[in-house]
Amino acid sequence: MSLVENGAPGADALLDEVYGARPPAPRVGITGPPGAGKSTLVAEMALLLRRQGRRLGVIAVDPTSPYTGGAILGDRVRMSELSTDPGVFIRSMATRGSLGGLAARTEELCELLSAWGSDLTLIETVGVGQSELDVAQAADTTVVVLTPESGDAIQSLKAGLMEIADIFVVNKADHAGADQLAAGIRSALGLRAPAAWRPPIVKTIATERQGIEELNEAIEKHRAHLGDPGVSEGLRREKIRARLKNAVRERLLEGAWERKGLGALLDRAADQVLHGTISPYRAARDLIERMTDHGERSPN
Amino acid sequence: MAGKIRVLVAKAGLDGHDRGAKVVASAMRDAGFEVIYTGLHQTPEMIVQAAIQEDVDAVALSILSGAHMTLFPRVLALMREKGIGDVLLTGGGIIPKEDMASLKQAGVGQLFGPGTPTTAIIDYIRGASE
Repeated sequence: MSLVENGAPGADALLDEVYGARPPAPRVGITGPPGAGKSTLVAEMALLLRRQGRRLGVIAVDPTSPYTGGAILGDRVRMSELSTDPGVFIRSMATRGSLGGLAARTEELCELLSAWGSDLTLIETVGVGQSELDVAQAADTTVVVLTPESGDAIQSLKAGLMEIADIFVVNKADHAGADQLAAGIRSALGLRAPAAWRPPIVKTIATERQGIEELNEAIEKHRAHLGDPGVSEGLRREKIRARLKNAVRERLLEGAWERKGLGALLDRAADQVLHGTISPYRAARDLIERMTDHGERSPN
Repeated sequence: MAGKIRVLVAKAGLDGHDRGAKVVASAMRDAGFEVIYTGLHQTPEMIVQAAIQEDVDAVALSILSGAHMTLFPRVLALMREKGIGDVLLTGGGIIPKEDMASLKQAGVGQLFGPGTPTTAIIDYIRGASE
């Protein structure tokens, strides 16, 4: 997993080998603002699924510091009860500069978890705002977790987070304002064009294990909906297409700055922009030119 | 692309004092490490399973309860049994010098007492991971 996460030599070969070795485990993404209770919810969902005998992969993403490159990955704190269960594989990932709420190699690690034998993989994103939406691409089912503290109903009309939900969770449902939040979401959904899937709203109190069963049932229903051949083919093709674009972009940029001379060129270009000799856009075009030149000469 | 240094920071055993562990974890983050923080009351089994799944370079235990002579050897034995005997086991707490020496004899890495600058711990782990 570390090989793949680090993009080390041999990582792609390993991924090629495991791809398709087992049917891919469905992926459920859990996203929402910081402090919404994502980790606790994931832990409770996982405990319940384990009692039903499912093997589980869990990927928990926390942010990398943009200043030091370090990270504290603390999602395991809430998952203590799972931590000696051989039927659960929990992996913490740091975003390492990725801005979409997931780590760059999250999907690759999901594939490894499928190969390990996961029946279902839960992906917990970093605490998100309104626009870190990579999870919708990575997951088959996206669960958006909100709390009465998440903001008033007007927020729920906004684009982004609210649009990617296949299921809404109103967590901390014992707090004041939970009913208003649910009503706000419902009315926002009412303004949408009718669609084949209408996101249900599930109320939970994760710390008291309330509503977890309903949530897992809602996920099952969504999976059944996806299983409908009319729905799945087009949607899956669309996701694969986006996935390929991402993989190409990652592999193009991977190690680009470390390649011979480019780091120095970047320094020189930064100096030139600093002193007003050239515009940053001109500098960027020059750098891209050098990058692609290099790519053509290199055998891989 | 070089990997990051990944360290598991755990509070083993029953004492509930996690301030030291949090200070060390924060310092490690600031040094560019990826710190997997598991929180309080971790059993040796929990620690070793987390170390395997997270593929860490080092396991750092904070033990303030006096149970270090039981917990470190137990964790080390489990790590060896599960095939990660090559991963550094280090840590700190209120541990007498003689105990540190005898644990080192047994194969535990360097241990750090109260008042150790966090940079000493970081340099040690960085040195051992390279």
